[in-house]
Amino acid sequence: MATTVTVPSASVPSTPLLKDELDIVIPTIRNLDFLEMWRPFFQPYHLIIVQDGDPSKTIKVPEGFDYELYNRNDINRILGPKASCISFKDSACRCFGYMVSKKKYIFTIDDDCFVAKDPSGKDINALEQHIKNLLSPSTPHFFNTLYDPYREGADFVRGYPFSLREGAKTAVSHGLWLNIPDYDAPTQMVKPRERNTRYVDAVMTIPTKTLFPMCGMNLAFDRELIGPAMYFGLMGDGQPIGRYDDMWAGWCMKVICDHLSLGVKTGLPYIWHSKASNPFVNLKKEYKGIFWQEEIIPFFQKATIPKDCDTVQKCYLALAEQVKAELGKIDPYFIKLADAMVTWIEAWDELNPSTTAVENGKAK
Amino acid sequence: MSLEIQDNEVDIVIAALQPNLTALFEAWRPFFSRFHIIVVKDPDLAEELQIPSGFDLKVYTKSDIGVLGATSIDFSGHSCRYFGYLVSRKKYVISIDHNCLPAKDNGGLTVDAVSQHMSNLKTPATPKFFNTLYDPFREGADFVRGYPFSWRDGVECMLSCGLWLHNADYDPMTHVVKRNQRNTAYVDAVMTVPYGVMMPMSGINVAFNREVLGPVMAPALRLRKEGKHRWDTLEDVWNGMCAKVVCDSLGYGVKTGLPYVIRSDAEAGEALESLKEWEGVKVMDAVHPFFKSLELSGNATTVEDCIKELTSIVRKELGPKNAIFAKAVDAMEEWTKLWKSHGIHSA
Repeated sequence: MATTVTVPSASVPSTPLLKDELDIVIPTIRNLDFLEMWRPFFQPYHLIIVQDGDPSKTIKVPEGFDYELYNRNDINRILGPKASCISFKDSACRCFGYMVSKKKYIFTIDDDCFVAKDPSGKDINALEQHIKNLLSPSTPHFFNTLYDPYREGADFVRGYPFSLREGAKTAVSHGLWLNIPDYDAPTQMVKPRERNTRYVDAVMTIPTKTLFPMCGMNLAFDRELIGPAMYFGLMGDGQPIGRYDDMWAGWCMKVICDHLSLGVKTGLPYIWHSKASNPFVNLKKEYKGIFWQEEIIPFFQKATIPKDCDTVQKCYLALAEQVKAELGKIDPYFIKLADAMVTWIEAWDELNPSTTAVENGKAK
Repeated sequence: MSLEIQDNEVDIVIAALQPNLTALFEAWRPFFSRFHIIVVKDPDLAEELQIPSGFDLKVYTKSDIGVLGATSIDFSGHSCRYFGYLVSRKKYVISIDHNCLPAKDNGGLTVDAVSQHMSNLKTPATPKFFNTLYDPFREGADFVRGYPFSWRDGVECMLSCGLWLHNADYDPMTHVVKRNQRNTAYVDAVMTVPYGVMMPMSGINVAFNREVLGPVMAPALRLRKEGKHRWDTLEDVWNGMCAKVVCDSLGYGVKTGLPYVIRSDAEAGEALESLKEWEGVKVMDAVHPFFKSLELSGNATTVEDCIKELTSIVRKELGPKNAIFAKAVDAMEEWTKLWKSHGIHSA
């Protein structure tokens, strides 16, 4: 008695894999065992592993992944004297991976981040969500109260100007973390047992002129749109500060995205952050940053980029000048950092000679 | 600030645009019954209201509104609720549309929208910098790494904008094109709308500090063909943007997100009628760039002074674009007068 019934397929389009257009950048000093859990989602992609710390140590990459690995010796060899802009003994070195990649998109993830489950118990394909976020427009010019209007089941609310409904190109997708939240050292010490258990089912655009603390644990971006702005600064060995690499990139990146009318999204996807780093070690690293951020953030909030800066590199160099002039007054570190920002752009342009905004025919 | 809600600090304001409010009040009884409720009947509504007993409730009608005397403010339709704001004597007002019932959260528990709005208003807002874990004052959340410590006290939240499941608050175009779409995503977050950021406030589910914001919570912008459906109006969107500009200027906060209510779609299918004449498209395309670049001088230190400054800029810059803006300014100025004579008192 069984009759075949044709069930109309859901009108949800499938997300393209982009396997030849996206690199996964992973900084590591220990091992990459965490990749086993990600295998179903990551295996189609090329990995760029940036080995921090002792270059004589061998990092074992699980079988079956297509990857290139760079240690400090490689970084020195490839960049020569310009290698000074890449941090040593800090995961900030990951931005070297952004520079050497030849792909349009980057997804970067920490080696203590695992696959999370959504409220229905299903494994979250974080990479797929990031791709969805990057391939759909952002809405930076007016806040949509139903969050991302391009998500299935959502839309622009009453009062949202129609002239803005095409949105802006999305440059960055900032994901979040369940379990160990990304707290600073003082908060970690006061709340060592707090875990983020709240799954907030939303993606939203961070409005223009609004800055935010960008976390590099679970992050994706369009390298062609914003790559040169994703410099993770001077941290770690020989530097007075640590754990502000992603923050620094986030502030610079957002000012530039606002200037170029590019969008930045935050929210989904979640990953499962398994390891809480030592809060005492963290406090030592962050200590100066906790005071400096009080002045750095207002600096970035007021920063403007000259109208004629129409490429990311030009914007970034304009910012570097302002960093040197303004933040240099706080501490000589910022003068060194501003110089490193310039070196970074020089290195970027050397390794990526044709990075003007020319569309190279990769129509989708 | 204690999170405990005192009975005598909240008024619930309900605009009656249809006569039968039985289902509404029965559904909200567990959450409304401890508070005084102000029901304002749409002056255009002829039938008697049906309201169940057991509430501390007062109904205001056309004749009560008439006591204000001649006024340029039109209190018909969705604007009638603002009369409720005027006569309230409480510190906080919570107002929900007549076709909204309590929603259920992701765990299946019925949401106490009153309690959530009060929690939003009684905990600080954080408009200076975006916290990626949303409201840091919620249980189980905090400020993330990179959030300046000097900004972690936050500022007082004056306005709480809630959301709606099922029948979302769309413009008539979207209702017509996406007639089967329903909002089923319960996003478990409250967040502060950052300084300088504008958003379209929906009057369907709002709460605010009446003592402070009252003078700016005016029914000012009326579309020429304003009707009885939410999609025929923009008065709340305008109100919200004015309120946001004032809050930004004075260092107050505005939150959006929870609580959800569930909104019935009894009117579904009628949006097509509104399409022909919907002035809203033109209006918002003029309003948005104006508010986006607007920044008050910073000289104004009270809500009233901010409104004075705002209205003079609106009159100068938007007035020439469309007559409804000049009328909106008239209404806002009228409202500040009315507020002085009728609204300023507290319990």
